[in-house]
Amino acid sequence: MKWVLLSIVVGATALSDLLQSHEMKRAGEQSIGARGLARMLRTIARRRELILSIGCLAISFFAFMALVQAEPLSFAVPASAASFIIETLLAKLVLKEEVGVRRSAGALLVLGGIVLLAR
Amino acid sequence: MKDDTASRARTLRTYALLLLFVFLRPFGNLSMAWGTKHFPQTLSIHPVVYLRAMLDPFVALGIAMLILSLFTRLALLSLADLSFVLPVTAIGYVLAALLGKLFLHEEVTIRQWLGTVLIFMGTALVGSTARNTTAYRAGPE
Repeated sequence: MKWVLLSIVVGATALSDLLQSHEMKRAGEQSIGARGLARMLRTIARRRELILSIGCLAISFFAFMALVQAEPLSFAVPASAASFIIETLLAKLVLKEEVGVRRSAGALLVLGGIVLLAR
Repeated sequence: MKDDTASRARTLRTYALLLLFVFLRPFGNLSMAWGTKHFPQTLSIHPVVYLRAMLDPFVALGIAMLILSLFTRLALLSLADLSFVLPVTAIGYVLAALLGKLFLHEEVTIRQWLGTVLIFMGTALVGSTARNTTAYRAGPE
C-alpha cells in the first residue's frame, strides 16, 4: 500500500507542478499585490488546467497524510522528494526548459540534503 | 538599456517572491502545527472536527499563510522555470528544521546539519543559473 500511496503523492505533485508551470508562463507575469491577486484569481478561474493542478495538489496532500499515518516520516519525506528528479526531467522533456549540468547537479545536491535532513 | 532595466526588475521581483515563499510555507506549517497540537480534540476523519479546528486562530493563520504561499508560488512560476523554482525553494526545508529546533526544541543531528549544507550548496548552484529559459518561446498570451 505504501508504494501505491507514494506513487500517488509523486505523480500528483509532478502533474500539478507541470500544469502550474506551463499555464503560469502562458498567462504572463503575475504579482501578488491586491490587484495582482485579483488578476491571478481570474486567471485560475479561466484556466481549467490550473484548477486541475490545484485538484492534483489536494490529492497529493491527502495521499501524503495517509502515507505519514502508516509509515514513518523518515521514509515519507525523502521518498516523496523523488518527485524532484522526476519533475526536473519532465521540465526538460515536456516544458523544454534548459536543464544544464549546474542545474542538474544542484537538484541532486538538494535531493541528497533532503534525504539526510529527514528524520 | 530599457530591456536591461526591465530584466533587472524582473530578477528582483523573482527573488522577492522567492524570499516571501520560503518564509510563508514553513511559518504557515508551524502555525498550523502549533494550533493543532494545542487543539483539545483529536483530529479524525469527521469533517466537523476539522472545521472546528480551522477556527483556532493559529490554525486559521497557518491556512491563510499557506494559501498566500500557493499564490506566491504561482506568481513565481510565471517568472521562472520549474527546474529553477524547485531546488531554490528547497531552502525552506532548512528553515523548517531550524524552526523545529527553536520552537519545538527538536534535536538537530550532525547528519541533518550535513543535509542542510548540501541543500545550501544545491540551492546556490541552481540560483546561479538563468532563472527563465523558456520565456521567449512561450511568451504571454
